Amino acid sequence: MTVIIQLMLVFLIVCAIAVCVTRDLLTSVIIYMSYSMIMSIIWITLESPDLAITEAAVGAGITSLLFFLTLKKIHAIDARNEVRREHARRMSEGEQGGEPDEE
Amino acid sequence: MRNKWIARVKGWLDAEDSGLERSMAASQQQPAAMDSDEADAALLAWLAEERERQHDVASRLHDWHERKGSRAIHMLYCLLCVLICTTLIVLLLYTVSTLPSFGSADHPINNEVSARYIESGLQETGAVNIVTGMILDYRAFDTLGESSVLFTAAMVVLFLLRMDAKSEGYSPLARAMRERLHSDTYYEPHNDVILQRTAVILVPIVLLLGIYVVLNGHLSPGGGFSGGAIMGAALMLYVTAFGFDSIRRFFTYKTYQRVVLCALLTYALSKCYSFYTGANGIHSVIPLGTPGAILSSGLILVLNICVGLIVTCTMYAFYAVFRKGEL
Repeated sequence: MTVIIQLMLVFLIVCAIAVCVTRDLLTSVIIYMSYSMIMSIIWITLESPDLAITEAAVGAGITSLLFFLTLKKIHAIDARNEVRREHARRMSEGEQGGEPDEE
Repeated sequence: MRNKWIARVKGWLDAEDSGLERSMAASQQQPAAMDSDEADAALLAWLAEERERQHDVASRLHDWHERKGSRAIHMLYCLLCVLICTTLIVLLLYTVSTLPSFGSADHPINNEVSARYIESGLQETGAVNIVTGMILDYRAFDTLGESSVLFTAAMVVLFLLRMDAKSEGYSPLARAMRERLHSDTYYEPHNDVILQRTAVILVPIVLLLGIYVVLNGHLSPGGGFSGGAIMGAALMLYVTAFGFDSIRRFFTYKTYQRVVLCALLTYALSKCYSFYTGANGIHSVIPLGTPGAILSSGLILVLNICVGLIVTCTMYAFYAVFRKGEL
C-alpha cells in the first residue's frame, strides 16, 4: 500500500512540474485535472473521504471547466483551430495552384 | 497638469466613455461580417494582422535583448530567480523536516478541542459524520461566511460579465460583444448527438448522486458544498448538451435570485435561532433524533440543503456567465 501511495506522490510531483513546463495551455489544464484525481485518491487513503469528494468535484470538475471556458473566451482554443484551418487551406491551394507555376 | 487630472476624474464621475472601452468596442466590432465565408475571411485577415503585430513586437523585444545593458539585467534576473527559488525550497523543506510525523499521538493538533469533538460530538450535534457536525454545528458561523463569500463572488462575476439588453444602455462594449457574430458559440457543434445521448444517461445519475450526498451529509461523507458542486456539474453538463434555451424552461435568472436568497435567509435565520438559544442557555426545541436516521441531527439537514442549493446555483451561474454573459 505504501508503495502505491509513494508512486502517487511521485506522480503528483511530475504533474506539478509538467503543468508549469507545458507550453500548450489546454494540455496543462488536463494535466491539472489528473493531478486533482490522484490527489482525491490520496485523500481517501489519508482517511478523509469528505475532502476526497470535494476535491474530485471541484478540483477535477468545475475548476477545469472554468479554465476551459476562460481559454475559449481568450480564443486560446479557437485561434489554434483557425491556424490549422488556414494551414490546411494553404496546403490545398498549393497543390492546386503549384502545378501551373511549374509548367 | 493638475487641471487635466481633475478633468479626467470629473469625466470618470460623470460616467463618460473611457478611451479603453471605446477601443475595445472597436476591436470587437472588426470581425462582424454577415456571411459565414465572408466572416471567415475577415477573421483570417484579422488573425494575420494580429500575427504581424505580434511578430513586430517580438522582433523589437529581440533587439532590446541583444543590447548589452539588457543582457546584464537578464543575467541578474536569472540569478535572482534561481537564488530566491532555492532559498524558498530549502526553507520549506527545513520546515517540513521539523514537523511531527503524520498521525503521531503527541501531535499539537491532538488537543482538548478535537478530543471534545470526537468524544461528545455525536451527543451534542446528533450527526454521525463528525466532520459535518463540526462544520455545520460547532463552526456554523464560519460556514455562513463561506456561503456569503461564494455568493459575493458570484455577484461580482455577474456585475463584471453579465450582458443583457439592459447593460447595453451603459456601455458600447456590451453591445459590440452581443452583436458580434463570432461570439463564443460560433464554432460549437449544435445538437451533438453523442453528447446528448451521454447527457441523457449521465445527468440524472449525477443529479441523484448530488442529492444523495447533500441529504446524507450528516450520515456519510459529503455535505452541502461537495453535493452542491456535483449538482452544479450536472447542470453544466445539461446546458452543454441541450443549450441555454432548454434550461431556461426551469432555471432563469429569477430562479437563481429567489433560490439563493431564500437559502441564505433560511441559513441565517436558523443559525440566529441556535446562536440565541446557545448564548442564553435555553434548551433548543428542535429534536436531535436518533443518530443514523435520515431525519436526525436537528438543523444540520436543513443547513446542508441550504448550502447545497447555494453552491449548485452559484456554480451554474459562474458557468453560464463565463460562457454567455447571462443566465
